[in-house]
Amino acid sequence: MSTPICIQKAPENPVESFLRTDRMPHIWCPGCGIGTTVNCFTRALIDSKTDLNKLSIVSGIGCTGRVAGYVNLDSFHTTHGRAIPFATGLKLASPEMTVVVYSGDGDLFAIGGNHLIHAARRNVDLKVICVNNLTYAMTGGQTGPATPLDVITATAPYGTYDPAFNLPYLVEAAGAVYVARWTTFHVKQLAKSMQEMFKKKGFCFIEVVSPCPTLYQRRNKMGDALDTMKFYKEVSKVKHGAPTNEVGLSKSGEIIVGKFVDRERPDFETMMKAHLEASLGEKYIPAEAPTCS
Amino acid sequence: MTHADPVGVLTGAHFLDGDHAACEGAICAGARFSAGYPITPSTEVVERFSHRAPKIGATFIQMEDELAASIAILGAVWGGVKAFTVTSGPGFSLMMEHIGYAVMTETPCVFIDVQRGGPSTGLPTLPAQADMMQVKWGSHGDYEIIALCPNSPQECFDLTIKAFNLSEKYRVPVFVMMDEVVGHMTEKVVIPRAEEIEIEPRHFTTQDKSSFQLYAPVGEEQTPEMAKAGDGYKVHVTGLTHDERGYPNMTPAVQERMVKRLVTKIRDNAEKICITEQNEVEGADVVVVSYGITSRVAQRAVEMARAKGLKVGTVRLITAWPFPDHVIRAIAPKVKGFVVAELNLGQMVREVERSVAGKCRVAHVGHAGGTVHKPEEILKAIEEVAR
Repeated sequence: MSTPICIQKAPENPVESFLRTDRMPHIWCPGCGIGTTVNCFTRALIDSKTDLNKLSIVSGIGCTGRVAGYVNLDSFHTTHGRAIPFATGLKLASPEMTVVVYSGDGDLFAIGGNHLIHAARRNVDLKVICVNNLTYAMTGGQTGPATPLDVITATAPYGTYDPAFNLPYLVEAAGAVYVARWTTFHVKQLAKSMQEMFKKKGFCFIEVVSPCPTLYQRRNKMGDALDTMKFYKEVSKVKHGAPTNEVGLSKSGEIIVGKFVDRERPDFETMMKAHLEASLGEKYIPAEAPTCS
Repeated sequence: MTHADPVGVLTGAHFLDGDHAACEGAICAGARFSAGYPITPSTEVVERFSHRAPKIGATFIQMEDELAASIAILGAVWGGVKAFTVTSGPGFSLMMEHIGYAVMTETPCVFIDVQRGGPSTGLPTLPAQADMMQVKWGSHGDYEIIALCPNSPQECFDLTIKAFNLSEKYRVPVFVMMDEVVGHMTEKVVIPRAEEIEIEPRHFTTQDKSSFQLYAPVGEEQTPEMAKAGDGYKVHVTGLTHDERGYPNMTPAVQERMVKRLVTKIRDNAEKICITEQNEVEGADVVVVSYGITSRVAQRAVEMARAKGLKVGTVRLITAWPFPDHVIRAIAPKVKGFVVAELNLGQMVREVERSVAGKCRVAHVGHAGGTVHKPEEILKAIEEVAR
């Protein structure tokens, strides 16, 4: 007769209730940084005591685009590059919602680049989290708009020679009111930045430099996920308020992290309401609670 | 069905062009959001909406391009409002990806396409009816949509309301396929009292939050109920192949089940959805099929033919998609043939030929656009088929 084995149920991970656990296992590779950012995101939601019924998440296409599918929130997995205009419509139709855009560097800065700069210009109240793994990971590691010079990708077998965007510099120039960058090594700082962003009104942007060990690090002989964490630790330098034109990334140079921009500028909805009220007076009927008669 | 919200209903007789009338139709239908990008000859629709919106509790935003406009409206719909966008040929080409997304995610919405000559930049200020196949087939994958073709400013008003109603009933994008002439011609438009305007409300679910499935079909419409962000249903909406919960499930079995339902919810209800206007079809030797502005030119040709003693009937396609196969099929064995007149070089005529299935002749009177047909061109085809 065998002794009955009694396995005690492990205590629930505090982030679990934020996840659609019935969708696990997820598609991300071992060592991928996206899951780390989601963990930070859920902890920021817990710590900021955000009303989860009043928070929506919108993703585009790509590995990071899959985040919307794993979080237990009103979640929208849209078309490639179009998370921001979808989120703009959602936010304007339901101003009481906090709308988070969670997507990757390729989705937000290449195919979606036009939408990103215009939403920043308008200062639409969106919280944009950009996981920058420096490559198009979902499709196999091709060159993207944030891929640094002189790295090997699936479409640059002899190395890249087109300069990358410096993401914080671009979004600041376009008008973002909050700009920060961390790596997936900086989990505490990242979660804190996210909390700050939830409270800030206007177009906010956090870049999270994140490993893609399967495609980017491996092809460029930069080691595995753990080596990348060590690399981030070694080369990162916290410089709050650093001028964003000085924070561009290179293949193995330093990574300037911190909060670069935190400024005040009225957001799109505030501008719209104030202007229409001034122009139309009593004739102005603001779009409030959605009706759908 | 319910009735229009009196806020925004400009009851009375007006002198409006089709673009302006379509905008009033959208407002009567309950549209409280529009995102647009300027393009001739459709811009007047959003110009009017931008003027009207702040006085009726609606929002207008001018986006950076048509890609953005066509998905901003979908975001707004999931935020709980009725929404539409407006464009013409080149902009319509850019919107194709969000036709697919709206179909796949079953997002009720309305697109107004004021057709102009193409391909490419083509004839910005001149008419065509050459987007008729694009609206049906322009986005990739298998899908069904609904497309309506007004032939007057009054119908631009009426059919835009109809478009919103159908979009809510079937959770599908619905298209108002205008043309430059209908968009810019000015005629009398009567706007009824709000309580006389029938409105299909959005079918928000009241089901239990823990068991509601965003993509579980209900009723003979095979159409699921809606939820919106913020209602606590924690919806997941994706353009990936998904199961009834909305969860991605990229298996052949789920693909078969999901895409089949997206298609059959329209195909199985096609006879209910389709509207045609038939005139003197009984006993006719020749039946002229047309739609939009061309139907008004064809009417002149038909009168000329009748004056010559020919027995001519007409079928006007008010619904172009789903195509009213059953109407054409029923007429085909009883006539010598159909004459199909349209401002393109052969689009809806293919549907007529398919429905006729060789039972009678089908003659096409095409036109590359830029102006309308001469009635004589259509008359000539009627005479040939009647011979």
